Amino acid sequence: MEYAGTQMQPVLELRGISKSFGSIKANNNVDLELRRGEILALLGENGSGKTTLMNMVAGIYFPDEGQILINGEEVVIRSPKDAFDHKIGMIHQHFKLVDLFSAAENIVLGVNDGSKYNIKNVNERVRELCDRYGFNIDPKEKIHEMSVSQKQTVEILKVLYRGADILILDEPTAVLTPQETAKLFDVLRRMKADGKSIIIITHKLHEVLSISDRVAVLRKGEHIATVNTAESTESSLTEMMVGKKISLNIDRPEPKDTVWRLTVSHLSGLNEEGLPVLNDVTFSANGGEILGIAGIAGSGQRELLEAIAGIYNPDSGEILYNDPKTGETVNLRKKTPLQIRELGVRLSFVPEDRLGMGLVGSMDITDNVMLRSYRNGPLNLLDRGTPRQLAQDIVDDLSVVTPNLRTPVSRLSGGNVQKILVGREIASAPSLLMAAYPVRGLDINSSYAIYNLLNEQKSHGVAVLFVGEDLDVLLALSDRLLVLNSGRVAGIVDPRCATKEEVGFLMTKSHDEGSDSADDGTEGGAL
Amino acid sequence: MAATTKHSGAVKEPLIHITRRSSMAPWKGILIRAAAVVIAFLLSSVLAYLLIGADPANFLKKFFEGIFGVNAMSANLRLWKLAKDTAILLLIGLALTPAFRMRFWNIGAEGQVLISALAAVAVVIYLGDKIPKEYNWLLLLLMLVASLIAGVIWAVIPAIFKALWNANETLFTLMMNYVATYFVAYCLVKWTPDGSSVLGELPKGHLPELGNSYVLLILVTLASTVFMFVYLYYSQPGYEISVVGESQRTARYIGVNVKKVIVRTMVLSGVLCGLAGFMMVAALDHSVTVTSVGGRGFTAIIVAWLAKFNPFIMILTALLLAFLNQGAGQIATKFGVSFAFPNVVIGIVLFFVIGCEFFIRYKLHFRKRTPAADADNGKGGASL
Repeated sequence: MEYAGTQMQPVLELRGISKSFGSIKANNNVDLELRRGEILALLGENGSGKTTLMNMVAGIYFPDEGQILINGEEVVIRSPKDAFDHKIGMIHQHFKLVDLFSAAENIVLGVNDGSKYNIKNVNERVRELCDRYGFNIDPKEKIHEMSVSQKQTVEILKVLYRGADILILDEPTAVLTPQETAKLFDVLRRMKADGKSIIIITHKLHEVLSISDRVAVLRKGEHIATVNTAESTESSLTEMMVGKKISLNIDRPEPKDTVWRLTVSHLSGLNEEGLPVLNDVTFSANGGEILGIAGIAGSGQRELLEAIAGIYNPDSGEILYNDPKTGETVNLRKKTPLQIRELGVRLSFVPEDRLGMGLVGSMDITDNVMLRSYRNGPLNLLDRGTPRQLAQDIVDDLSVVTPNLRTPVSRLSGGNVQKILVGREIASAPSLLMAAYPVRGLDINSSYAIYNLLNEQKSHGVAVLFVGEDLDVLLALSDRLLVLNSGRVAGIVDPRCATKEEVGFLMTKSHDEGSDSADDGTEGGAL
Repeated sequence: MAATTKHSGAVKEPLIHITRRSSMAPWKGILIRAAAVVIAFLLSSVLAYLLIGADPANFLKKFFEGIFGVNAMSANLRLWKLAKDTAILLLIGLALTPAFRMRFWNIGAEGQVLISALAAVAVVIYLGDKIPKEYNWLLLLLMLVASLIAGVIWAVIPAIFKALWNANETLFTLMMNYVATYFVAYCLVKWTPDGSSVLGELPKGHLPELGNSYVLLILVTLASTVFMFVYLYYSQPGYEISVVGESQRTARYIGVNVKKVIVRTMVLSGVLCGLAGFMMVAALDHSVTVTSVGGRGFTAIIVAWLAKFNPFIMILTALLLAFLNQGAGQIATKFGVSFAFPNVVIGIVLFFVIGCEFFIRYKLHFRKRTPAADADNGKGGASL
């Protein structure tokens, strides 16, 4: 009762929360408070315990020690239902929706308020919520017909429909384009104005600075400090997060001795639904330079890289590879990954889907490192000796955090998984290295480690194709920047002089109406 | 501060909460599993007392007599039978394992073994008289080849449909069981002019006995176990099986031909089922009936799953199942109850063995806070 009635009463307060998984301490004596009507950013590196902490508030985990107070009252949250009863709602990174249900059906699923189920009323209430906060969702639309950002909106609506006053969003922008992120932030500000209290987990510093009122920083499971956003800068936050000062400048050494390595010409192809996904794509890549590839999600980036790697089979066009050793040129189209390797093409590929394509989650680190080289053993048997040594080198060189080499990679955190994948792909001394979103979900330290690795490969004369989503990074790292737009090459720009606005415009302009959408493009780029 | 202490008294921590274990010492795992089996037996004997009025001690005694016999002679006989049953189950379980590791749910071992047994018998019936007695080895060789081919055909048809058109392998292999059963029924009618459909013991095509008729089977099974272990864990095709099972996209990414792996793996499954069918005819039964396999094709699925597809651990799981079957059979005879009751016992034991995995994977925390500790926590937490 001491605080009651004062403005300072936090809606949510955590006191001395600790949580261990086996021998790993995910959270250690964490104190945190969330004030009414504020947006609190929860910042920290991969594995610093942000998600674990919030999962305890949302009823997924139960703390080993410590207390949770809501409006000054200590509460026990044993299940997500308890969390809802305390008006807490969490929007998880991975959506939990029934694909064949409509938005409204998903939203009402599991709500038991005693009233008779009437989908018309639900539709009506969902529409009211949409109007109030500015969502753009048709309650009757089926989930499987929706885009990623619409699905996320449904998740947010689900929580609001249950009357949540405290919203927790776990890395909501990881899957969004800059434009969608801007829209989400508008919605969050409107909810804040409506008196909701919001915790947002993110890695992206510029987002923290633009959306939050205060920032709580976690490092290695401990709460370092909570500061006012207005008094913070990117570098002060980084320092708190990492524990030391680090430079936020990305190196771009001048390319030297560039030689022609790859030409993709007039490549066109359809996706699984039979819609065109690559449309007359033509470009060249050179050894000794990084070719950045920008574009909003689903513009053909994945298919382009998979076509070069022999996984996706386009309908027409050519993929010409020039072997740096022999000087011979071969056409890689219509070749399988195995045929490409047998031709002696040293091609490495870090796919976007790490555990679904690049690695096998249930296998240990050694066996995953062996994926590329398992055919080297004698007599159809496996030789684990060399891969084990390589795995140890990767773990040492890239400072992968793992109990040992026998640990299944699915148990590692996202950044460590990525380091193993990139480490393995670089280990085969490629002449062409393709990386799709290699820093997605990675914290600052790991991201810079990856940028350095790409630069190192470039200096060894490797042709690097780098598909990214952060325009700042693409402009800072690439030597040339190719912009994809709906499967077409919208342009190849010089990142030394191009601006974000120009690239954003190329990414979003529609092919028929150039001038109309120009405004949209600039808006998007200006984020 | 005072408020905090007061509140914590009212707040209830859940009685139990469950966390995942990161690892567990192997001996602890063995202890938990052994305890599960012991508890299951105790529960079964209590149930026996309640349901059929059997004295619990006598119930357990009879159960174990089923396996260890009442005197030295019957012990010898029964232990050999246990070893034989274990070997057959293990051999069929080994056949299923590579497919299961590839997440190809082959539930057609029953039919694959049966059709192989039929093929071996057919060779004896059609060629037995044409091959002179001195050339018994040739007859056996032909039987073996016929069995292997039959097993492979039965296994590879669903694999091809899966590889080319992604047809559901579970339904397909299940249906192939029925085809095999009725094909055997048809052949039996054809081969028995008296219309009895009972073939009787074949005069030819017997494998030589090493000591007794079971030894060769046991040796073949042990060799297969070692082979399968090396194949799955230390060979390139075995590694490809694991990759394809986990993620076909990863397999394509590293240049594995997924269709080829599916078909190749099912050929291997078929070969081992063929071997099992051949051994059953040439070493044990010297005949075939529609129930020759007797559900062992399905029981072997449990053998493989319980061992998490590790061939060496499958020796133990196959032994456990054979052990339960034999003991339960004794119960049924000695207490004059129907076979339903022994099956209840088997069910209870399996339930406990599978259920105890929960305690191996997860840890339970019971509420242990005292009010005093709560107050301390309150002070520690409220450091504002």
